[in-house]
Amino acid sequence: MGKRLLVVVVALAVLAAVPVMAMEPVKIGMITTLSTKAGYLGEEIRDGFQLAIDQEDGKLGGVPVELLVDDDGRKPEKAKQIADRFIKRDKVKILTGIVFSNVAIAVVPKVVRQDVIYVSPNAGPSLLAGKGCHANYFNVAYQNDNLDEVVGKYVTEAGFKNVYLLAPNYPAGKDHLAGFKRYYKGNIAGEVYTKLGQSDYAAEIAALRAAKPDAVFFFLPGGMGINFLKQYAQAGLNQTIPVFGPAFSFDERLLQAVKDAALGVKNGSQWSHDLDNPANRQFVAAFRKAYGRTPTLYASQGYDAARLLGSALKQVDGDVTKTDALREAIRKADFPTVRGQFAFAPNQHPVQDLYIREVVKGADGKYTNKTLEAVFTDHSNVYVEECKMK
Amino acid sequence: MLLFVEQILNGLQLGIMLFLMSAGLTLVFGIMQVINLAHGSFYMIGAYVGATVTAQTGSFVLGCLAALPAAALTGMVVEILVLRRLYERDHLDQVLATFGLIMFFNELTRIVWGRQPLFMDVPAWLAGSVELIPGVPYPSYRIAVIAVGILVGVLLYLLFTRTRTGMQIRAGASNREMAGALGVNIRLLYTLVFGLGTLLAGLAGVMAGPILAVESGMGESILILTFVVIVIGGIGSIRGALAGALLVGLVDTLGRAFLPLLLRLFFSPAYADGVAASLASMSVYLLMAAVLVWRPRGLLPAHG
Repeated sequence: MGKRLLVVVVALAVLAAVPVMAMEPVKIGMITTLSTKAGYLGEEIRDGFQLAIDQEDGKLGGVPVELLVDDDGRKPEKAKQIADRFIKRDKVKILTGIVFSNVAIAVVPKVVRQDVIYVSPNAGPSLLAGKGCHANYFNVAYQNDNLDEVVGKYVTEAGFKNVYLLAPNYPAGKDHLAGFKRYYKGNIAGEVYTKLGQSDYAAEIAALRAAKPDAVFFFLPGGMGINFLKQYAQAGLNQTIPVFGPAFSFDERLLQAVKDAALGVKNGSQWSHDLDNPANRQFVAAFRKAYGRTPTLYASQGYDAARLLGSALKQVDGDVTKTDALREAIRKADFPTVRGQFAFAPNQHPVQDLYIREVVKGADGKYTNKTLEAVFTDHSNVYVEECKMK
Repeated sequence: MLLFVEQILNGLQLGIMLFLMSAGLTLVFGIMQVINLAHGSFYMIGAYVGATVTAQTGSFVLGCLAALPAAALTGMVVEILVLRRLYERDHLDQVLATFGLIMFFNELTRIVWGRQPLFMDVPAWLAGSVELIPGVPYPSYRIAVIAVGILVGVLLYLLFTRTRTGMQIRAGASNREMAGALGVNIRLLYTLVFGLGTLLAGLAGVMAGPILAVESGMGESILILTFVVIVIGGIGSIRGALAGALLVGLVDTLGRAFLPLLLRLFFSPAYADGVAASLASMSVYLLMAAVLVWRPRGLLPAHG
């Protein structure tokens, strides 16, 4: 009799312990780029993510969370090591944070096979949207081509018929130009691939002027874009041939290094700080208050990633051991996005509106983006067909 | 045809920039026998200090005036603290130590100036463009860069052939012990040579500021081309550096500009563009290989 009682007591104790264990903070691993000159991108994602946690006093969706952050130094192999450590040592079930597509391609396929959920707050390479898609991989930012597609459609509708294209000579450069060409219907005046990391564009700009295009589309991330825009303006071409590009070269932090040379440039984005919806107004005000600067695109993606996870954690009551339930909860995308509306396509990439923005000088003398119009509504991506989700 | 003239000017301008960098590097390499990978860091310091002072004072000239001593002084301090210990060591140690300096300076600029690139604009009085030849408007700033480069070349020539210091530097290069025995303070001389080299790098950096993004790590992209230049020109030779720099500038620019057009005569446009992009980025290295086969010691070697 005594023995049986003991068993019952132990069983009850175990049952009682379960909810206590569930209230232990859920660990979220963030692998992102905080060093190197691209380090500000990771900084923005982290700050946006952290803001969502701080607003709930250390919780997401009412569930206490612990954010583990580590810097990948933009190196795929380093990111892989961090992912291993997060999964094996810290028993993390949710990962996020990677900035660069090549890093994501190296890390994501490996971690999602280990029953870990990965939510991308930035990189959206075609491989992970198409053939390499996976039930545990979600992208809350965009598919890489999206921001080029919107410019392609806008340029066509605005009546440009002879566009000159420029991108660095590496896979992402070709992908971005392909995204533009998918929706651009006119003639291509020239398609130039420059050296990755090139600093002087005098030769390309002279050739561009000689080709007499009626518009220029370029994808040159980071310092390359600054160099190109400055030299383009110095050649006087910004007065005569308008420039278009995806949002990457026009975030609010980069713009302060380009200033007037970027004025009037139209760029494609899925978000802007002036989008008029309650979630966004609240986010931009809170971010400015917390960090003293206007959030960039990347910060908005970090914030949305956190709130998406918050909505899912709430549905599963903070129990991340049942991956199936967690996955279903994320798939619903039932969170107040700063983009106004958001859903997941079958390959778990965003279905969202895409906008054209223009670089302007704000009243405070800072350079920023102003939303002109929504070019796509509920836009998905072309890789849905290739994705055979298991 | 006009496009060709413009591209030649672009090539010259890139060549001049490379000359400023490689003149300093070849001096250090040729005279002091030190491989200095950190040369690009002084270029970066010149750009950062120039951009900061220009932003504070609003004057580009003051920015330049501040950048030059900043780069030179940093260079001399590095020479005294680090490089002096490396003269007797082999090249691998020097490579390791100066590579460490690159990381140190990149991280230092991030700590001091933050991760965002700095802004620096062309001064208003050089903002326009000039028609050197009718029909070819060319940015005045780039013409100014070419002019400054030529001026520096002439001054260096005068320094080495007409002054006592120049003579001592050349003597120190040919035979260090003998020059020391004749009463030349070799240590001081080396510090000065290194300071001169980094001053030129700082000048290149501050002049690149308005054209390029002033950011951490900006020195590395130009450093590789600079090494190509001094290998082509002949290590230790200023004349070689000038010839090599102009050659590399022209080959790189004209390759990027005209290879696609040339290849389009033979292949489909998409294929031609792809091949031309790859070939253009290889062109300076092919040039280097060809020069080394033809003249293994470079075009204009320093001694004989």
